[in-house]
Amino acid sequence: MFSPLAMSNPLQDSPDQYALRMVNIDKYFGLIRALTSINLDVGRNEIVGLIGDNGAGKSTIVKILTGVFPPTSGELYIAGRKVDFRRYNVQSAHRHGIETVYQDKSLGEKQVLWRNFFIGRQIVNRFGFIDVKKQKAIANDIMLNTIGFRGKGITVDSTVSQLSGGERQGIAIGRAMYFEADLIILDEPTVALSLKEVAKVINFVHKIKEAGKASIYISHSLPDVYEVCDRFVVLDRGEIGASISKKEITLKELDDFLLEYAHGRKDKAKQ
Amino acid sequence: MNSLKAAYRFLGRLEGFAIATVLLVLYLVLIMVAPAVFTRPMIYFSFLETVPPTLIAALGLTLVITAGEIDLSFPAVVSLSGFALAWGWKTFDPAYCAVIGVVLALAAGALVGYINGLMVARIGVPSIMATLAANFFWYGISILLAGGLQQTLRGSDENFVHELLVGRWFLGIPLQAVWSLVLAVFLWFILNRHKFGESVMFIGDNANVARVMGVNVEATRIRLFTLHGMIAAFSGIILTLNIGVFYPNQGNYLLPAMASVFVGGTSIAGGAGSIFGTFFGSYVIGSLEAGVVATTISGYWVQVVEGGVMAAVVVLNAATGKGDFASLFSRFRHNRGVQEFRSSGVQKDESVG
Ligand SMILES: Nc1ncnc2c1ncn2[C@@H]1O[C@H](COP(=O)(O)OP(=O)(O)OP(=O)(O)O)[C@@H](O)[C@H]1O
Ligand SMILES: [Mg+2]
Repeated sequence: MFSPLAMSNPLQDSPDQYALRMVNIDKYFGLIRALTSINLDVGRNEIVGLIGDNGAGKSTIVKILTGVFPPTSGELYIAGRKVDFRRYNVQSAHRHGIETVYQDKSLGEKQVLWRNFFIGRQIVNRFGFIDVKKQKAIANDIMLNTIGFRGKGITVDSTVSQLSGGERQGIAIGRAMYFEADLIILDEPTVALSLKEVAKVINFVHKIKEAGKASIYISHSLPDVYEVCDRFVVLDRGEIGASISKKEITLKELDDFLLEYAHGRKDKAKQ
Repeated sequence: MNSLKAAYRFLGRLEGFAIATVLLVLYLVLIMVAPAVFTRPMIYFSFLETVPPTLIAALGLTLVITAGEIDLSFPAVVSLSGFALAWGWKTFDPAYCAVIGVVLALAAGALVGYINGLMVARIGVPSIMATLAANFFWYGISILLAGGLQQTLRGSDENFVHELLVGRWFLGIPLQAVWSLVLAVFLWFILNRHKFGESVMFIGDNANVARVMGVNVEATRIRLFTLHGMIAAFSGIILTLNIGVFYPNQGNYLLPAMASVFVGGTSIAGGAGSIFGTFFGSYVIGSLEAGVVATTISGYWVQVVEGGVMAAVVVLNAATGKGDFASLFSRFRHNRGVQEFRSSGVQKDESVG
């Protein structure tokens, strides 16, 4: 049987077997405490599902990991190396091999695909001018080989607004994989997608696992999370409530557990 | 027929092609309506002399609007930079007063732009409010410094800076027309081929996307406003040198400059900008008034015609989406307009699955 509250046990292990470790991370927005003592680790080839209600703090964790803003306190280790938050930003997260895919925040809608592949890390000469030819060639290569877009009239000169939701996520995930991300974070990548499109995204996540990379997968759709993830971490109002390995639990049990968990919380609140 | 269509599609994709066509048609109409004026080259040379100040400011404004922002303060910069030029001119030795004046003017523009940038990017004041306030403030400063008086640039006609910036080239082409074309080409490369321009487009498209993808949104906005401040100062320099006099209330071409940007096909929505659209747009706007006046229709009609033409062009831009005629042509050909567009959307969804 599974023991929901047994956290995985990082201390005895060599830190290098983790793509990522968060230690006692706190985050305040003004007086609001969004995260409380978050201890979370992700193995080198592990897909971790982050589950929690709206406002639980999932995206806040993502933004700290990807350098959008620093935590109020706590430590972060990437591949065993401690991160200096004073010098940590989106670019350095990229350099550390962390890439992010958001539902609606990953691509510039009106921009052509070849620009979207390289925004934030263009191939430039020393005056800052972009090597358009090279970028287009690489973008084309990613689309054909990494993502597997063929035909359909989509080229590197298409704009994002011409793509379907699933195709957009394909672009974002393909971009992450091309840049040799060791850890790809997907924050609700399937919101507002049709079943077929969701299946594509899930397929991309399987590719991440096959490529030997790690991932944090965030979604409100439990069956999807269950299908792609090796482990589930339950986030509750800014605190980690449970960490459960997929081996220990079936989808049904996980569903029941979350229901019970929510009930338990309500009961506690009543007392 | 097919190759004709292909040629048409190719031309339609050239930046500014649509509005260049409008400009051509406008001149053809004017030649027919007012041949006495528009069959002689004089009027065109006069456009090449009078349009550049507005054109230059509009080019910078195109970048600002592409970033999803607006700058209403450039008229004040045109005035302030003109004052800086005039002050340098009368204060320093005639041998180098012009150079100092130009440098001072550009510095004044950069300063105003930088402060705009700080207000917008750091403090988070919406640019329409920040730059509106800045326009009042810096106009006020300029008038204060000038004591409300105009100033003549003495001996400007013999000065080499004057020769270089607003002198005459072969056939008598005003050099400011050449410089504004050079600036357009330069800014086209900045917007479409430089990292900075790409950041500007992504920020205008969606600043959050830009931020999470590693664009330094704050710094880019500050640089953008600073750049536009300097471009506006350049506009002020050209204007002041060309007339040879600084007027404290000079630079009141906010609306023509904005109209130039919009008829050129750049959308207020941000995310994409057409430098050459603005280039030809400025000549359309600049030629309209003179043109309509020359047709000798009653003066009361001038603004009506101007407004009508502007409205027609921006409607056309909205209808064609990207400001090219080719897609409008194909929509009319199918003769179903929006309906056609919708059904093609459905088809695409199915093919995706
Ligand atoms: N920039 C911010 N400023 C102030 N409060 C914020 C900010 N970002 C997030 N919060 C707050 O922090 C808490 C956690 O938000 P977060 O976006 O991380 O939730 P989430 O788990 O991703 O929720 P959802 O499932 O709805 O996406 C919420 O209460 C939110 O209001
Ligand atoms: Mg979220």
